[in-house]
Amino acid sequence: MAEIRLPKNSRVQKGKHFPAPAGATKVRTFKVYRWNPDDGQNPRVDTFDVDLATCGPMVLDALIKIKNEIDPTLTFRRSCREGICGSCAMNIDGTNTLACTKAIGDCDAKDVPVYPLPQMEVIKDLVPDLTHFYAQYASIKPWIRTQSAPPPDAERLQSKEDRAKLDGLYECILCACCSSSCPSYWWNGDRYLGPAILLQAYRWIVDSRDEDTGARLDDLEDPFRLYRCHTILNCARTCPKGLNPAKAIAEIKKLMVLRQGA
Amino acid sequence: MSRPNLQTPLKQVRGLGSARGGTHHFIVQRITAIALVPLSLWLVWLLLSLVHLDYAGARALLATPCHAVLMAAFVLAAFWHAQLGLQVVIEDYVHTPGLEIALQIAVKFLCVLGALACTLAIVRIALGS
Repeated sequence: MAEIRLPKNSRVQKGKHFPAPAGATKVRTFKVYRWNPDDGQNPRVDTFDVDLATCGPMVLDALIKIKNEIDPTLTFRRSCREGICGSCAMNIDGTNTLACTKAIGDCDAKDVPVYPLPQMEVIKDLVPDLTHFYAQYASIKPWIRTQSAPPPDAERLQSKEDRAKLDGLYECILCACCSSSCPSYWWNGDRYLGPAILLQAYRWIVDSRDEDTGARLDDLEDPFRLYRCHTILNCARTCPKGLNPAKAIAEIKKLMVLRQGA
Repeated sequence: MSRPNLQTPLKQVRGLGSARGGTHHFIVQRITAIALVPLSLWLVWLLLSLVHLDYAGARALLATPCHAVLMAAFVLAAFWHAQLGLQVVIEDYVHTPGLEIALQIAVKFLCVLGALACTLAIVRIALGS
């Protein structure tokens, strides 16, 4: 049954404070979630005062500055620093987003809170375990499935109109911001596929070159896999790429109704 | 110390496979919702017009075929919709084996009993017994 308080070893405690160096002119404070699996300690929130005069404009710049100059044990994922790899997805200023495309100046809180993606198990500090998320992605078989042999001397063609149907879907980078913002995914993420994976599933359902549409719908037609979406719309609000997973899910539901009639 | 899970993540995700269902529930929940929009407006109007009637007058108004049928339709749609909605709430939040199925059955029984009791009351008023 429901537990009101976190277990004793999960309660977040006040951490260390790292003041800005003397002579700092433009200080902004970051409150960063820390947890180390190896030291047996509770999670804590460390406070870092960063001099923005010598820091790049994005939250990721501040995190890299912290790691380089203040505390090298701070652990987080990052790669492309331009919003295309999805590695640095985390909860910043109360919203799931990419640290590399979130400007420090756009954060409302005086002390910017930086936490790992919610609901996901934490591996260390800001690094969540996405194993289950990726397994769910694999389960929808996210590749073209055809029976017809490809033309021997050409690509599989697609009209401009059919190609346009993939806009707003193909841009998804699987950063997991949407799925980890979804309360339904929090409660039932073991069976509910979540907004990111359902958007990806729809990307193949709506692809004019894919020939396995019916089987794809069969695999999704399930009270938990698909119908746990209660149109809360956190997914559309939080997506750092400006996509609308909720709309993709609604389109899947419409196809379910279409193929059997009301 | 918990034992390591030796099943692959994909095995756990696939679980028992797709139930190949849920669309019927989705459709009926929306149809009953659509039905309840005009029926609720009608109910508010009826209740307002009952306010200044005495007991006999109220019975007589509700006993007219039009109102009796609409009242029966409202009651059936409301209990049907309530059962479908509560089913989802329980699926969402109750994950204790045994308790979940017991609650699902209890909700179904209570909704059917409520609908039957209300229908009987409407029939008795409409037929004047």
